[in-house]
Amino acid sequence: MIQYLQNNYEVVLTALQQHVWLALLPVLLGFAIALPVGYLAVRFTWLYHPLVNVCGVLYSIPSLALFVFLPVLLGTKVLSPINIVVALTIYTVALLARTVADGLRSVDPLITQAATAMGYRRFGRLINVELPVALPVILAGLRVATVANISLVSVGALIGVGGLGQLFTRGFQLFYLEPILVGIILSVLLAGIADLVIVLIQRAVTPWARFQRGGAA
Amino acid sequence: MITFDDVVKVYPGGSTAVDHLTVELPTGKLTALVGPSGCGKTTSLRMINRMVNPTSGRVLIDGQDVSQQDEAKLRRGIGYVIQSAGLFPHRTVLDNVATVPVLVGKTRREARTAALELLDRVGLSPEFAKRYPAQLSGGQQQRVGVARALAADPPIMLMDEPFSAVDPVVRGQLHAEFLRLQNDLGKTIAMVTHDIDEAIKLGDKVAVFRQGGILAQFGTPQELLEKPADDFVAEFVGRDRGLRSLSFDSAASLPVQPVSSQPDLELDDAGRPVRWRSAGDLGGVFTASDSLRVVTDLAISSPVGIAVRVDEQGKADGVVRHHDLVDHLLERRR
Amino acid sequence: MNFSYLFDPEHWELGVPGGFPQLILSHLGYSALGLLLGVIIALPVGLYIGHTGRGSFLAINAGNAGRSLPTLGLLMLMVTLLGLGLLPVLIALTVLVVPPILTSTYAGMRAVDHGVVDAAKGMGMRPLQVLFRVEFPMALPVIMGGFRSAALQVIATATVAASVGLGGLGRLLIDGLAVNDYSRVLAGAVVVAVLAVALDLILALVQRWVVSPGLSGRRVRRATAAT
Repeated sequence: MIQYLQNNYEVVLTALQQHVWLALLPVLLGFAIALPVGYLAVRFTWLYHPLVNVCGVLYSIPSLALFVFLPVLLGTKVLSPINIVVALTIYTVALLARTVADGLRSVDPLITQAATAMGYRRFGRLINVELPVALPVILAGLRVATVANISLVSVGALIGVGGLGQLFTRGFQLFYLEPILVGIILSVLLAGIADLVIVLIQRAVTPWARFQRGGAA
Repeated sequence: MITFDDVVKVYPGGSTAVDHLTVELPTGKLTALVGPSGCGKTTSLRMINRMVNPTSGRVLIDGQDVSQQDEAKLRRGIGYVIQSAGLFPHRTVLDNVATVPVLVGKTRREARTAALELLDRVGLSPEFAKRYPAQLSGGQQQRVGVARALAADPPIMLMDEPFSAVDPVVRGQLHAEFLRLQNDLGKTIAMVTHDIDEAIKLGDKVAVFRQGGILAQFGTPQELLEKPADDFVAEFVGRDRGLRSLSFDSAASLPVQPVSSQPDLELDDAGRPVRWRSAGDLGGVFTASDSLRVVTDLAISSPVGIAVRVDEQGKADGVVRHHDLVDHLLERRR
Repeated sequence: MNFSYLFDPEHWELGVPGGFPQLILSHLGYSALGLLLGVIIALPVGLYIGHTGRGSFLAINAGNAGRSLPTLGLLMLMVTLLGLGLLPVLIALTVLVVPPILTSTYAGMRAVDHGVVDAAKGMGMRPLQVLFRVEFPMALPVIMGGFRSAALQVIATATVAASVGLGGLGRLLIDGLAVNDYSRVLAGAVVVAVLAVALDLILALVQRWVVSPGLSGRRVRRATAAT
């Protein structure tokens, strides 16, 4: 395996780079979309159940199906990385919008009431009280979405754009174990590191959560 | 003064929470709103700071209709304490207390300095300032809740079951501290409770509500105990209300017999009572500033049926026998 | 969008090799086998860990590890190791469904109110009775949640399995792409998406049926008590 890495480090590095941004760009986009969507589902309670259902349906669509369906829908080329980014963004939104909504809903109504009674207006209350209190739940969802994205990117290799997934297809075609193993290890490592980074961020921004009952951050 | 002027609240489902409420909560006094669950007491409280808006009628603060005022600004000028404190879990104790001052435009530093003083005022040492609410006991959280409500020095405070989430011993301590605090501050307070004893203990005035949001009686605790308006109030106030109403009567007017009438009472050289020669233990003494309830208790529990009064120096200056006490109560009822 | 492949009645005839009924059946077949193996392995282990509390480290981390394993890589690794055929694919599918079932079983068991278990013991139930009459039914909503996500994962992965020569609906995607027949790709994508969504729906109904109404607690919104 060391031998393989020495001979092919440029290929591996390029694949890794592509993998990182194919996985993380959708996380950022999805998070940015999920925040307002999740909030709306709390603000207008009748939206919550439709949102949960739509998210459930979107999340249950197999990735390969979405990857090959999107070019038809968006008019993009099959080989365009946009398909992967859009598909993973959809998954991220499907996962996070619900998490954001659940997180906001889980805020103790007493806390919200106290904030209102102290004279917070709706937006101030959201930013200063509800979002911070919901943050541990939201960040837990972000961890799941990030790790899932990183492992899903490689399926894209079947339509030609898949970061480390290309090492899998290459190894498979050549009946050659090394690239597959390298790809799996790097993918898992990447997921582990991304997860760890979010945990560290979470510790830093929610120092209070450690003292909550059962809330081992 | 907080005025309810023919206030009605009907919820969308059609249930009437508050039914034509007209009452005035006096300035600088604590008014307890008490009643069984579903009697509209919390709804009434929440109409004061517009957390709930009345279906009809008006709520006025010092003659100003609250519905004419900006909600958020109105609320920033009214302290609010709720059950289990409703503290913000993501903020330190200090920043919880500093919340409203920061909202009304104080700098964070100013607000924190003031918050530190308030913590001291509610009996929390500065070491708690940096902690998060989850690191405090229930009683401590409740103290922080009171400090937070006091932070902007609002003339009015609303309290919704403020002491119901703590155990009875801690509740007793909090009551005592709170009464002391209110003595100093003289806020206009509306406090919701389902506990009639708490209402009687803390309230200058008590408003008893019944199911359907109807005000059953409004008066001082003593009026409630001595002259309940109807069976509902009598039942709600409880069976031993006669005995409890004695807490509001001073022993000052109680006629006593001279100490010399009881040679059985052993005194020390300074004239302080020691024990009954025949029966032993004295069981305690009272002063003229105690309530009739204390005297009654002493007379009942004394082995010889006699309560002993002392002056400020602790010298025995009179005795009261069972039947003297009963005669006095009968006299008083006339 | 060209739906001609999808709506060609010839492709819907029963018993035609490569037709939709046959592809759907084989797709469901692999998925069911993978799920079955996964349940056989993960459920007892999860119940044991949840009941005894021993080895919880394994159960907690299985979920994370499982999510981070790249499906395609695992599949291709197995085939490269063991050669083409059903066995390597089944192993890969099983490896993928074990973590969610294991983690959810453990989580469900841990979430069971300790007081209820205590009461059950106090009434004289034996350990196995406590497990099957109290803990398991109470943990079932969470376990079913894990099973549903495992089912979705296995349907998705079975699609990918066409890339290593297996049948199933993935054939339409892989073969369609290979010969630039986008009508066929579209048909495959639509059918597999509908299948996944339908399966999740059915499992949701099953969950509603097997979970005691006393537990499913059709989310009662906390009433802001008007007292």
